[in-house]
Amino acid sequence: MLFTTYEFMGFMAVLFLAYYLVPKKCQWPLLLAASYLFYFCAGADYLIYIMVTTLTVYFAARMMEKNADKQAAYLKEHKAELSKEEKKAYKETQKRVRLRWLISCLLLNLGVLAVVKYTNFFISNVNGILNSLGSGKQISFLTLALPMGISFYTFQAVGYLIDVYRGTVPAEKNPFRFALFVAFFPQLIQGPISRFGDLSKTLYEKHRFEAKTLCLGLQRVLWGYFKKMVVADRILAGVRTIVGDVGAYEGAYVLVGMLFYTVELYADFTGGIDITIGIAQALGIRVEENFNLPYFSKSLKEYWRRWHISMCSWFRDYIFYPVSISRPMQRFTKFSKKRFGEKVGRRLPMYLSSFTVWLATGVWHGASWNFIVWGLGNWAILMASEELEPLYEKFHDRFGARGRLYGLFQMFRTFLLVCCLNLFDCYSSLGDTFRAFGSVFTAGNWNVLWDGSLMELGLTMLDYWILAGGTVLMLCVSLLHRTGSVREKIGRRVYPLRFAIWYGLFLAVLLMGAYGIGYDASQFIYNQF
Amino acid sequence: MEDLLEILNDLHPEVDFEVEEHLIDDGILDSLDIVNLISEISEVFDVSITAKDIIPENFNSAKALYSLIQDLDEE
Repeated sequence: MLFTTYEFMGFMAVLFLAYYLVPKKCQWPLLLAASYLFYFCAGADYLIYIMVTTLTVYFAARMMEKNADKQAAYLKEHKAELSKEEKKAYKETQKRVRLRWLISCLLLNLGVLAVVKYTNFFISNVNGILNSLGSGKQISFLTLALPMGISFYTFQAVGYLIDVYRGTVPAEKNPFRFALFVAFFPQLIQGPISRFGDLSKTLYEKHRFEAKTLCLGLQRVLWGYFKKMVVADRILAGVRTIVGDVGAYEGAYVLVGMLFYTVELYADFTGGIDITIGIAQALGIRVEENFNLPYFSKSLKEYWRRWHISMCSWFRDYIFYPVSISRPMQRFTKFSKKRFGEKVGRRLPMYLSSFTVWLATGVWHGASWNFIVWGLGNWAILMASEELEPLYEKFHDRFGARGRLYGLFQMFRTFLLVCCLNLFDCYSSLGDTFRAFGSVFTAGNWNVLWDGSLMELGLTMLDYWILAGGTVLMLCVSLLHRTGSVREKIGRRVYPLRFAIWYGLFLAVLLMGAYGIGYDASQFIYNQF
Repeated sequence: MEDLLEILNDLHPEVDFEVEEHLIDDGILDSLDIVNLISEISEVFDVSITAKDIIPENFNSAKALYSLIQDLDEE
């Protein structure tokens, strides 16, 4: 049941009605039932995976908390008789018990994710090696269903588990409440990856019906549908044509495809998150923002602070920091400082930790070498920028390059970099990606940009006009959003204008959404991750 | 406190750490700075900052960071 289907809209209508009609103490159990129904509709077999994650993480978190409580009680009881060293030793012993729970549960859940997501990738690589060694043996691929949103809910549950281990959130005592945290349906498909400390503040609250909250939520849902159905799904035809045949569509076509895909990805992912956050808001629940005007970033580093925020902060908090400040890494820092001097020695361990994070980010995005190279490409550019920072500063000082125009150039440069990196996401193999990128400099077919060839990509002139209008509208909304919520700004306008804007947007989705006879609403891009 | 200010000034000489109170919220310190900072603090103050201590409240100002160091030292 995709967000863009009539079934989902019917499901939502019934849910909203029931949510505000049932006694308030039944609201979160209703959401749990709705979330499991939603997941059941996506595939009954998937339920077992999400239930295993829910139960194992719930149980391990409870055991860790019980151990922490036992430790606190013991230390309180024996406060007077234990020396500082004895207390420390006792704490260490108990910490090891909690660590065992943590590691077992992580291995189980990340292991399930690894098996369903990466087994066939592993087999294809082994087969490739066997082939290159001239062996006739080949391992058969396994038929494994990839449960919808498994990367998202696994990471969300694992984040909670680590937070409980660290003692930053208490373990949830009610297994059903915890099940809702893992399976909350609006964010099940493509995130954001919420933190328990944030989401639980409003997820289990009793919510009274408020017309304003419902309206604001539905307005955001409508804007999300506009991005997804009018822009992303419409431009998809052009993207598919160009990336589907590397031989036929090279050179200038690759640049067009790159631009199309970047628009598609933005409209698809931010649109999907708008729908998620809007639905949650209409239910009175606050889901953290996942984007902050990413294409206004002046560097790739800034871009990654503004794009897919929940994933980036997850990798930062649960991988980058622990790896960077771990004892082995501290020892490595000392060693490298001695060996290579203060400046280089200080940077080496950080670059190693960043490498780990970007490798993991690439692997998380998908089981293919394209994603791994995409992740490492991001890492290489980020680290090079870090190294070149003093040079940039000198350049800026020397040529006074700090004005508004230079800022626009920096944004354009970052946009272009992101577009280039997105090529790894577009094409199905590394060979195709490099071949396509190389052809930009060698094909010399710039005439296709104006000789009418672009009309043969599966997009009509009307499509181009709609896409241009939609993209300009997204840009204008982003510009307006810099100074506060656009919906609230509209809300302060006179009623006829408000009505015209929202009714106009509704009509745009209805009339210009990419559907019709034979149209198959496409999945959200991040759904496959 | 002076040792801490020296570490911070080495990292970002352009920032006035005695008055700045939004080092994380305003993006003055990024994740690479934080890791650098922790490494230096561990060496100078002989305390162990763990991942759970890395929250904006502890790193938003020199004062907050110094208070964290003192707490860890007492443990």
